[in-house]
Parts: sequence; C-alpha cells; structure tokens
Amino acid sequence: RRQDVLTVTPWLAPIVWEGTFNPEILDSAYRPLNLTIGVTAFAVGKYTRFVRRFLESAERHFMRGFQVNYYIFTDSPQSIPRAQLQPGRRLVTVPIQKYSSWQEISMRRMEAINQHVAQVSHREVQYLFCLDIDMVFHNPWGPETLGDTVAAIHPGYFNVPREQFPYERRSSSAAFIPEGEGDFYYGGAVFGGLVKKVYEFTKTCHMTILADKANGIVAAWQEESHLNRHFLSHKPSKVLSPEYIWDDRKPKPPEIRLIRFSTVNKNYKEIRN
Amino acid sequence: RQDVLVLTPWLAPIVWEGTFSRDILNAQYLQKNLVTGVVAFAVEKYVQFTEGFMRSANKYFLAGHHVNFYLFTDCPEKISRLQMAPENDLFVIPVQNDPRWQDTPRSRMAMLSSYIHRQFQHEVDYLYCLDIDVQLLAHIGVEIIDTLVATISSWQVTPQHEDRASETRPGSQPAIPKGQGDFHYTASFYGGSVAEVYKLIQACSEGLMEDRENGIEAQWHHESHLNRYLQHHKPTRLLSPEYYWDTEL
Repeated sequence: RRQDVLTVTPWLAPIVWEGTFNPEILDSAYRPLNLTIGVTAFAVGKYTRFVRRFLESAERHFMRGFQVNYYIFTDSPQSIPRAQLQPGRRLVTVPIQKYSSWQEISMRRMEAINQHVAQVSHREVQYLFCLDIDMVFHNPWGPETLGDTVAAIHPGYFNVPREQFPYERRSSSAAFIPEGEGDFYYGGAVFGGLVKKVYEFTKTCHMTILADKANGIVAAWQEESHLNRHFLSHKPSKVLSPEYIWDDRKPKPPEIRLIRFSTVNKNYKEIRN
Repeated sequence: RQDVLVLTPWLAPIVWEGTFSRDILNAQYLQKNLVTGVVAFAVEKYVQFTEGFMRSANKYFLAGHHVNFYLFTDCPEKISRLQMAPENDLFVIPVQNDPRWQDTPRSRMAMLSSYIHRQFQHEVDYLYCLDIDVQLLAHIGVEIIDTLVATISSWQVTPQHEDRASETRPGSQPAIPKGQGDFHYTASFYGGSVAEVYKLIQACSEGLMEDRENGIEAQWHHESHLNRYLQHHKPTRLLSPEYYWDTEL
C-alpha cells in the first residue's frame, strides 16, 4: 500500500507503483489466459547497437513466464543480433525504409506500428507494448502493466505542476493542449494496450501528425506531443509510474522504489546523425 | 483519500467518495454511447418495497443517463403503474411464485440467465443486479460502470462480525478457507458488462444446482456462490460500503 503517491487517477485508472500490487495474484489471473504479449521497438541507423542489451534484459525481466514476440523494426535487418531467447519467445525483424532524418523516423513510427498491427501482429498477440530500444530492463515488468490502453508517466514531469508540462502550445498544431488542461505528461518511450486499441490510437496519432505536416508544423516533442493530446481526450485505462520509464541521468527520488526500465546513457550527437 | 484502501492488490480501484471525478467519467460514458440495465426481483412480500426503490432509483441511479429497469415480479399489476424518469425505461417481467423460499435464488439465477441471453444482451451494455429492499440515498453514477463490479459488504468494515462473512460448512461448494478470502462482497449490488454478468450468473446457478443435488443449502445462498466466483474471477472494480449499507448492523 502506497500513501506517498497517487495510486488511482480521477477517472479510476490504477497508477502502477511498487507496493500497490501483488504479483502472485496477477500472475495467477493472467497466466491461464495463454496470452502472447508483443513488443515493438525501432532500431534504425546506429540504434541497432542497443538491440542486444534490450533483448537480454527483456529476457530476464519482461513478462517472465509469458509468450512474447519481439518485433524489431529496422532499416538494416542484417545488423540485428541473433539472440538466445527463452522458450515461447521469438524475435521478428520488421524491415522499414530508410528515412532522411531521425525526426522523420520518429514521426513515422505510429504509421509503421499501425500498419504492422493490421498486417501481422493482430493475429499473433493480444497485448502490444511500444517501447524505445535505447533502454534496458532492470527489474520485473509483469502482467500488472496489462490493460486496454496503457500510458506511462514521463520521469521528468511526475512531480511538476501541469503548467510546466512540455505540451505543444501552438494552437495551429493538432497536438495543441491549452494552458490549464492536462492530467499527466506521458512519455513516448512506453505505451501499449490491447492490440485493437493500439491499432486505433496509433492511427489517430498518425493522422494528427500528418495534419500538422500538411500545415508545415512539427510538434514540440514530435509523436510524444501527439500521444499526450490523444491521451488527454481518451484517457488511458491504466497508467504506469515512472518506474517503468526512467531516465538514468536523473537522481532517484524516494517515490521511486524500483527502477524497472530506463535509458542507456548515450552520446546523442554521435547517434543521431 | 488517505484513510482508506483505494486499490486492491490486483489493481482494481475501490470507489470511495473523493477518489474520482464524476464529470470526467460522465464525459467518457457519453463518448461511448452506453446503455445500462438494472435487474431487481419484486417477489412475494418484497413487492411492497418496489415503489420506494423505483422512486429513489429514478432520482439517484445514473441520473441523466438512459437506464433500463428490468423488474421481475409476481404482481405485475401493482408494478406497471410506476412513474419513470423520462430517460429511463421500465420492463415488467412476470414470474411464477416459488413455494419454497430456499429455491428462489436458484430459479432466479436460471431465469435471469435466460433473459440475459434472450433479451438483455441486445438492449444494454452493462447490467447491475440490485436488491429491491434498498433505497438509494445519494447519487450512484457512472463510477460503477466497469467490466466486473462488486460491492464490499459492510461486514468487512466492522471487524467483530468477520466470522459471519465466510461459508464455514465444509462440503458445501462455496467454502473459502479462512485466510485466503480477501474481500467479502454483498449480493445486494453487483454487475458489470453484460457478458461478464452472464458468466457470473451461470456459474452461481450451476453452483446452486449442484448444492441442491447434494442436499446442501449454502448458508447465505446466492451470496456465498457470488463470493466464491469472485475469488477466482477478480472484479475489475470494487464499490466501497458507501454503495450499500446493511441496516442490520
């Protein structure tokens, strides 16, 4: 039981923190359902170097005891390492075309995930998580995270008043959120839910991204801004605490008892171009 | 709310006043264009409660939203004259009087199951079963709308009555070993999506039938079977005892 943090949103969605749930009860509820959980991650350009650590740590911590399909979207399938996986878990490489800049790659993710769901993953998985590849699992990530639509609270903004959330503030953008509105600032590195729901909201986000493109505008934090706009009007049924989307460069505050998934330190200049 | 438990160990929210925004929830409910149904049995001497129940339900139950009230009764003539709120609909379903009181839960479950299958599933998205001998005293709104919802029995809140809560006769189907049961739910107010309620009613109906065949009458009839089912199929949302209060306390 946690008294130091908010554990239920005003729309009655649980906020998942260490100490709010019993993993055994959840495991016994979900394991018999014979689920397959999907994970999408984009390893484009130099980001392929993160795949091995991502997969190795996922094998140790992500959905242990469940069937998992890793869908690695990449422009260089040959650079994806052949990883040793537990039984019931497989790695699928999804080829995508090379784009000119990292911003373009980032913006096309929603479209790529949406198309892949329609063509492939809706038949193979019941739940899908879309994660950033340049991150590592440090602690268990289990069925406590499963829900219809799942978003995660960005580690930089969980203790900060909403006026400081880096929402897109230009009214000409389809991702615009006016001052005074907003529940949380959700991170673009982690989102998911039932495969059908992920299909729906990735399509919506892709549409709003295209609308902006037609108006010659790019949102402040690209797809993350669009994701936040979407989750404001269509509130997630489950919210993950920053334990599930941490930034290792930040000092660990007392509210964060366990870091489950966090960034790998990297040199942004070197990686992006 | 810091004084009460607001989340179960399986991450189902426990609804207390002060934990939710009815405005946000209303907006979500309207967005999805949902219809909710209420089932109640007004049989034998319980018919006398019908008017009070309907008056308070019209005023307080999902006020402003379209609700279908399905009233099973052996006195349809008395019921049909009830005044309904403009957004609500009343369906009076006549039933045969059952001579033995102990039989009632089983035949009710079987009948309810059949009506859900034949009719209700086509008319509502969510369905709630309420005891007719209650009067709603305050608004019960869309915070109750979720896949599988049960109300914590007030017995859970007053510790000295704990013993009454679990079925203690071994051999009867619903026996929940002490120490394993976490919450005790009342059979006076539960519900959820029509599909989940159907599964629950089916399971209770079968359990009651099996008990009867073995000559066992579970101590609290339907409530024991309900609790056993909910032990193995955890509710997705719990209503605090604010949503039902057993005046026998």
